[in-house]
Amino acid sequence: MNKHVIVIGGGVAGLEVAGQLSNMGIEVSLIEKEPKTGGHLNKWYKLFPDRRNSSEVQSYLARIVHNNRIKLLTNTTIEKFKKGRGHFYVTTNNGEVLNADAVIVATGFDLFKSARKEEYGYGIYDNVITSADLEEKFQKGDIILKNGAVPETIGIIHCVGSRDEKVGNFYCSKLCCVTAVKQAIEIREFLPDSKVFCFYMDMRMGGAFYEELYREAQEKWGVSFIRGKVSEASETIDNKLTIKVEDTLAGRPLKMKLDMLVLMAGMEMSEGGVRVAGIGGLKTGENRFFAAVDNHTGSNRSNIEGIFYAGTCTAPMNITETISHARAAVVEVIDYLKDGK
Amino acid sequence: MQFDPFIIPFNIGLYFILIYIVVRCVIWFLDLSRPDKLRLQRGFFGIAFTQSLKEIFMESLIHRKILKTNLRLGYMHMSLAFGWFLLILFGTIEADIFGAKHLNAPYKAIFFKFFNPEHGRSGFEAVYGFIMDLILAFILSGLLLAVTKRVYSKIVGMKKTTKLKLTDKIALTSLWLIFPSRLLAESFTSGAYGTGSFLTGTLGTWLATFLPAREMAYPFWWLYSTALGTFFILLPISRYMHIPTELFLIFMRNSGIRTGDKAGTYTEVQTYSCSSCGICIDTCQLNYSAGITNIQSAYLMKGIRNSYDISEIADNCLMCGRCDQKCPVGIELSPIRMIQRRGSEAGTDIRNIFKGYLRSRQNAITETIPVSSNYKFLREQDSEKTDVLYFAGCMTHLTPGIKNSMVKILDASGMKFRFMDEEGGVCCGRPLMLAGHDREARELINYNSQMIWKSGAHTLVTSCPICYKVFKESYYLDVEVLHHTQFIRRLIADGYVKMNFLRKRVVYHSPCELGRGSGIYDEPREVLNHVSRLEKTSFEDAESLCCGGSLANMKISSRDRLKISADAAKELTRRNPDILATACPLCKKSFAAATQTRVADISEIVAEALNVGHSKKVNDSRSIILKEIANI
Repeated sequence: MNKHVIVIGGGVAGLEVAGQLSNMGIEVSLIEKEPKTGGHLNKWYKLFPDRRNSSEVQSYLARIVHNNRIKLLTNTTIEKFKKGRGHFYVTTNNGEVLNADAVIVATGFDLFKSARKEEYGYGIYDNVITSADLEEKFQKGDIILKNGAVPETIGIIHCVGSRDEKVGNFYCSKLCCVTAVKQAIEIREFLPDSKVFCFYMDMRMGGAFYEELYREAQEKWGVSFIRGKVSEASETIDNKLTIKVEDTLAGRPLKMKLDMLVLMAGMEMSEGGVRVAGIGGLKTGENRFFAAVDNHTGSNRSNIEGIFYAGTCTAPMNITETISHARAAVVEVIDYLKDGK
Repeated sequence: MQFDPFIIPFNIGLYFILIYIVVRCVIWFLDLSRPDKLRLQRGFFGIAFTQSLKEIFMESLIHRKILKTNLRLGYMHMSLAFGWFLLILFGTIEADIFGAKHLNAPYKAIFFKFFNPEHGRSGFEAVYGFIMDLILAFILSGLLLAVTKRVYSKIVGMKKTTKLKLTDKIALTSLWLIFPSRLLAESFTSGAYGTGSFLTGTLGTWLATFLPAREMAYPFWWLYSTALGTFFILLPISRYMHIPTELFLIFMRNSGIRTGDKAGTYTEVQTYSCSSCGICIDTCQLNYSAGITNIQSAYLMKGIRNSYDISEIADNCLMCGRCDQKCPVGIELSPIRMIQRRGSEAGTDIRNIFKGYLRSRQNAITETIPVSSNYKFLREQDSEKTDVLYFAGCMTHLTPGIKNSMVKILDASGMKFRFMDEEGGVCCGRPLMLAGHDREARELINYNSQMIWKSGAHTLVTSCPICYKVFKESYYLDVEVLHHTQFIRRLIADGYVKMNFLRKRVVYHSPCELGRGSGIYDEPREVLNHVSRLEKTSFEDAESLCCGGSLANMKISSRDRLKISADAAKELTRRNPDILATACPLCKKSFAAATQTRVADISEIVAEALNVGHSKKVNDSRSIILKEIANI
């Protein structure tokens, strides 16, 4: 098939789509705004639920681009978009005009900007970090406080920017619960003398082997799970953090002193995705993610014929789901290129 | 004696309404509290009287305030009110000069043309007739607008017009019929006798060419009289009661009577003074951002007047006070809503249609479960005396950026201060008051008052306008209460802190409770002007928007709140400023969720601009206060 497809976004979904299409002999241009492909995965230490090293998946994805003849455009964003008689004309920030038969949007997600939940003090207090910051610490292998000391009590707050009407995110980001469980175990591995407390609204362990991991965290690693949403955090004179939370199972308010606070930032439609939606005239849903034409039978199809979605630009997904969704997008594109015109 | 049976409906209506209004005013007066009675008496025989007359002329007749906000709507109201007034005035004079004798019964002036069909032939009479026709044309032009407004409200520049109940509709129809029927009655009579000026004369002559004018005139005189009579009779049970009531209201207001926190004559007079003009609907953000169109103050007034169940209406309001500012009648809408909130939880339904039923309903005591609160779980404060007490408040604890900035500024000023609720404290009490739970709020107020007295401080600084307002108005404290914007302005003015200039473009959002609620507009702006490039928005001072986060609304959904916040933030950041500044933790939180622009409290901007090396380090903050006293 002598066709050309543009893939916007070089994260997990974008790379998978590009690789699969290329395998089928389709010419692919992959546009990535960063200097390097790989997306959020590059910054992740280990993956749930089997705690496999993320570099294994990274190298799988890197091989795709390496082995196939994919035209890789890094440091590139799209500026203009035109559709004319089954052809798409995409102008990049470098002034290059690409001509394609179909476009796949794989712009992914952004982590919720935790400074927006000011009551948790991210960016204000020294030892409040996000789940992504913690992964970086894991990669470096030093879990230390700002002043260099080793933390003894660590709190993990679930649902930061998810299921939170006040910040305008009504949906569940789905992965933060299991990420919290994974990270709690890892903290205990790195710091065997530490105590870890997770503050959750509901534990949503709806994935293969998630529940097992949750049980392991409690039984093997002694992680405490407290049901209740933290209302606010404040810093004490001795550079510790005080949090206020209601233990809703015990039915009483709780005040706790911690050394470090980890915020489980939720997933939001990426800023790049918002731009692409604006340029391309693509529909977004109330959750601001791209809205597919059919939630059940057409989750890859957009409101414009010839443009498809892959991965977390449509909803929060884990890596397994992202890769499946990307492969489904490939089927849709092939179908379209064969019959659609 | 000149008489004809058709004047009977008019006479019945007129005398009924006159007696009704006198009785109503007497009842209202008798129901006033003693101090208010004295106020009104003093007002009636003092300077306030001339002031009231002037206001009645400017507002009830000319409708100056409506003209200012909306020219076409103002013209509509003015032509009907002022025109009708002129018509009565000139009609009376006409009857007095040209009638059979002086001092005539009202009907002779109103139906002058009928009894003096030959009038208008001589030059002077014709000039007078011309004036009368001009006035009638003036009214009819306004009427045309009014009729069109019902169908197409944009004709007078309004997005929404008020929905009416049945009696209002009948009264409205009779009002609409009055002037066209007068026009036709006078025209036919003029046509039959060959009199009348440019309007009635011309129309009459033309009608007479193909219709029997003399016979046609009589039914229209009946119609004219009946329309007037019906209108007068329906007046007390329709929204047009606002016409006589507003006069009484103006006298009361100019005598110094205010709403207060209980329903009484004044609230009743105010509810009846609402003309349902609908200006409050267009100004309401719940309407234009969230599409909630049934809770605006006009509907609240209508609900109270008709004793509907309006707890939903009373509670679904941000209490931002924008409608208070815009109300052309000057009704204290938010205080009345508060009274309604306090009473609405009680299920009493005393219906006495003669008098006082509104008050007994509104003032009904809410049944409460007795709770004994103690705050022993809070840590004992240290007993060391301090000069300045800083109360962050619960909202500021949710925006630690503000709290930290204030501590930084206070540290730099060298003042002896204590952070009253650093380790937690009790609420200032205002959220409970806004929900109508005054007694429960009192407990919190007592606890905080004791803390403040014990501290020995002479100044209480708060970061939250909600706390500020309640400390200022509902606490009995012998310390000076300042919002942090006032305090910072004073620190800068007296050289306690030195500032660097930030090269940032800033717009300022005036919080409802601080601006409209407490009248503090200048200090925040002066501080911002001092440290940054402050730019103007279209929503300065009293025009300020609500951020959508208001604690006062317990009915609205988060989605609707976000819509209001997003719309307001969009308006304020239209010219892409670097910072959207505000002076309230709640505003900061609401806007931060709704815009990409950086949102910051004034204290944070000041802390950023603080030139720490050059601040005057003094431990005696008495001097600052002494200076203040000297200035006063």
